[in-house]
Amino acid sequence: MKKIQNISRRSFVKSIGLASGGLILACNTSVFSDKEKEIKNLINFNPNLFVQLNSDGSLILVASRSEMGNGVRTSLSSVIADEMEADWSKVSIQQATGDKKYGDQNTDGSRSIRYLFDTMRQMGATAKAMLITAAAQTWNVSEEECKAENHFIVHSSGKKLGFGELVEVAKTLEVPTDVQLKDSKNYKYIGKSLKSIDVDDYVSGNAIFGLDKRLPNMKFAAVARCPVTFGTVKTFDKTETLKIKGVLDVIEIPRIERPFGALGGIAVVATNTWAAFKGRDALKIEWDFGNNKDYDSENYMNQITKNVHKQGKVAKTVGNINNAFKKGAKIIESTFQLPHLSHAPMEVPNAVAWVQGETCEVWAPTQNPQSARDEIVAYLGVPEENVTINVTLLGGGFGRKSKSDFVVEAAIISKAINAPAQVVWSREDDIKHGYYHTVSAQYMKASIDKNGKVTGWLHRFALPSITSTFSPGVDYAAGFEISSASNIPFNIDNVKIEVGKAPAHVRIGWLRSVINIPHGFSINVFADELAVAVNKDPLEFRLDLIGEDRIVNPDENIPFKTQRLKNVLQLAAKNANWGKDLPEGHAQGLAVHYSFNSYVASVVEVSVIDGKLKVLQVHTVIDCGLVVNKNTVIAQMEGSAIFGMSLAFYGKITAKDGAIEQGNYHDYKMIRMHEAPKINVEIVESTENPTGVGEPGVPVIAPAIVNAIYKATGKRYYNLPLSNYGLV
Amino acid sequence: MITLQINGKSYAIDVEPDMPLLWAIRDVVGLTGTKYSCGIGVCGSCKVLLDNSPVQSCMIPVSAAEGKSIITVEGTSKNLQLLQDSWMELNVPQCGFCQPGQLIAATALLDKNPNPTDEEIDEAMIGNICRCGTYQRIKNAINRTVNLNKQS
Ligand code: FES
Ligand code: FES
Repeated sequence: MKKIQNISRRSFVKSIGLASGGLILACNTSVFSDKEKEIKNLINFNPNLFVQLNSDGSLILVASRSEMGNGVRTSLSSVIADEMEADWSKVSIQQATGDKKYGDQNTDGSRSIRYLFDTMRQMGATAKAMLITAAAQTWNVSEEECKAENHFIVHSSGKKLGFGELVEVAKTLEVPTDVQLKDSKNYKYIGKSLKSIDVDDYVSGNAIFGLDKRLPNMKFAAVARCPVTFGTVKTFDKTETLKIKGVLDVIEIPRIERPFGALGGIAVVATNTWAAFKGRDALKIEWDFGNNKDYDSENYMNQITKNVHKQGKVAKTVGNINNAFKKGAKIIESTFQLPHLSHAPMEVPNAVAWVQGETCEVWAPTQNPQSARDEIVAYLGVPEENVTINVTLLGGGFGRKSKSDFVVEAAIISKAINAPAQVVWSREDDIKHGYYHTVSAQYMKASIDKNGKVTGWLHRFALPSITSTFSPGVDYAAGFEISSASNIPFNIDNVKIEVGKAPAHVRIGWLRSVINIPHGFSINVFADELAVAVNKDPLEFRLDLIGEDRIVNPDENIPFKTQRLKNVLQLAAKNANWGKDLPEGHAQGLAVHYSFNSYVASVVEVSVIDGKLKVLQVHTVIDCGLVVNKNTVIAQMEGSAIFGMSLAFYGKITAKDGAIEQGNYHDYKMIRMHEAPKINVEIVESTENPTGVGEPGVPVIAPAIVNAIYKATGKRYYNLPLSNYGLV
Repeated sequence: MITLQINGKSYAIDVEPDMPLLWAIRDVVGLTGTKYSCGIGVCGSCKVLLDNSPVQSCMIPVSAAEGKSIITVEGTSKNLQLLQDSWMELNVPQCGFCQPGQLIAATALLDKNPNPTDEEIDEAMIGNICRCGTYQRIKNAINRTVNLNKQS
């Protein structure tokens, strides 16, 4: 051992370039520097950016994506461990800092497994191949006689060496460029249910979220921001604030005109969060409310509804819709209105930053550490390598925490006070200054011929685009906000998709499931309405409407197959015993939707008794291709059902005189335990490429509920939330 | 100076008497398991046991907690540890942020009522939001704990 300890670790770390799927994982030095203390007496083997094997056999795997309840730290690492034939009990996870060398780290769009599955497999397979070579060299046998098994390399004769024992030799080897990946039938962790690697910390209170980060001499800060989006400070008076015990300083925060720049305002710095909040409340600020001061979401809804009741810009046209409508035996028309939503993750936005001269270190619950880094680089004007973004655990994200306005605020404050600063958003800040899910009006019109076949389908919608956050002034939906309407999986000859004008007056951002919320809602509710119009069972009607097996989007890379869509719908119906006898006031409703390349159907059972709605049971089926961690997929579907219910029951952000009217969980309500249904989840067994999981379970829930309510009561609700109607 | 008894330890702190207990625990004492989420008593993330009763620590001035026993998620109590076990066994947490508050609420329930019905569980947990939607697993984990308690 003496000899080993004398060897400088760095001298062994190789310069490695490994190409995989266009991502170059170049690594000149170990990425594990902050683990150095623990492992300084060990030698270690870093075949790539994601793997460090130590001579005691402990294995550190790097998670490049953010953990926010998505289980990604566990699932990505388990893919490496599986290919490597590692013993899971020897694995610990190191969270990557924000750095382009890891490729895209933005944890949204339900992409982590979709994009990184093959890369992670290669990381593990490379390490394994090198350990096999190391063993073969040590024993002076051929590699073919050696295989990896549960953290050992085993020779055909039965002799074996532990992974840790091979580190010294392995690290001297060239990194192979083409390695053999495992046959899927030999997966050991992939496809099973692994417990979250963080579960102990979550239940013991030891998990460190952004809000829990503490540094010596750290100050706490709260920021007063203009109630109207993009309004600015005219004058302010801090006299009363400075009298509050614990308040240290008051600082003006500039507005940074970048998509994820600081909104600007007045920051109160204090010795604790409470004093910062109190000091903030005591500020007297005169605002210049700016251009959005007249935003009134009720008037706005009327305006965009008008815009969908007249011809819009054509986004897609197939056949001749006018002919179809002229000839139709029946014409059905409906208008849908859905309000803004706020992400409202349980952990409010917050960040710790410590600016020291030309460098800055951040600890933040960010879904996108590279973008946070970009914001700080732009603000401080320092080189990228001077800015380190440490990613803490996230107490929920849902898209809010990929926008780093809150991170740059911390850096601005830290720089001003020359000490580490934690900026804490109150819940009111979170709800009043978000990047809101779009508000939408949708108009749908269909023609049905005398045989009950749907012959024409017009879908026209107006909603402020996410693009407006990046290019102010954009006032029509962008392509990615159209495809979930235009890739309609129905066998209809004449289809027209149109978009109406909808300028933005608040910051619009993506929220879990994004555009699939409004489109999944209108399409599923309208299809149910058409079934009723032709007097057919909604399940049978829908399967007919989807029609024969085909690919809906032949021009796109990943095929959208109607067979998989029908399959999830049929399975959900079977699991729910669709059509079963139910007590008075009870009914079932269904919805099916394709998003993030996954197929999801839900059948819900509701009761509406004395005008009050209850959701009793949800049966969800997902086909997301090959599954890495079953437990995570089931959990995500359970969570999606609740998330979908929250928006269906209560989700509504409104604005008056430019200011958001809601402020906390009492007026922006969430589903609670007594309202939660039983949720049953089935995952379709599949060997297709893995597809999205975090988001596709949400869009089906609200329409399935609305369809079930119709069945129970004969009343069709076109607008959300259902609290508007006194149902909940 | 105010003295707090948290998880069996004494902490003498110099804070304003109207500071909510939550912030005294998190920012002054430095125990961060107790969470802030709403600050107005409606989400349950900040729950602690105050003389064995579950309270929203964001609503209690620190002065009102003086001389009382405070148990946080980092503390020990028979039911708390049993529930933590069940939470792990059934993989309850998603993001985990609400779970300290959920565990405290469940501990208080089982301390008073060792054999709750599903309705009684709902009632005891109504003050705790989980934005990730782990309610079904929370309920299952409480029931698992109840069953293990019965067997032992
Ligand atoms: S933070 Fe106290 S109840 Fe929400
Ligand atoms: S586990 Fe995320 S809020 Fe409950």
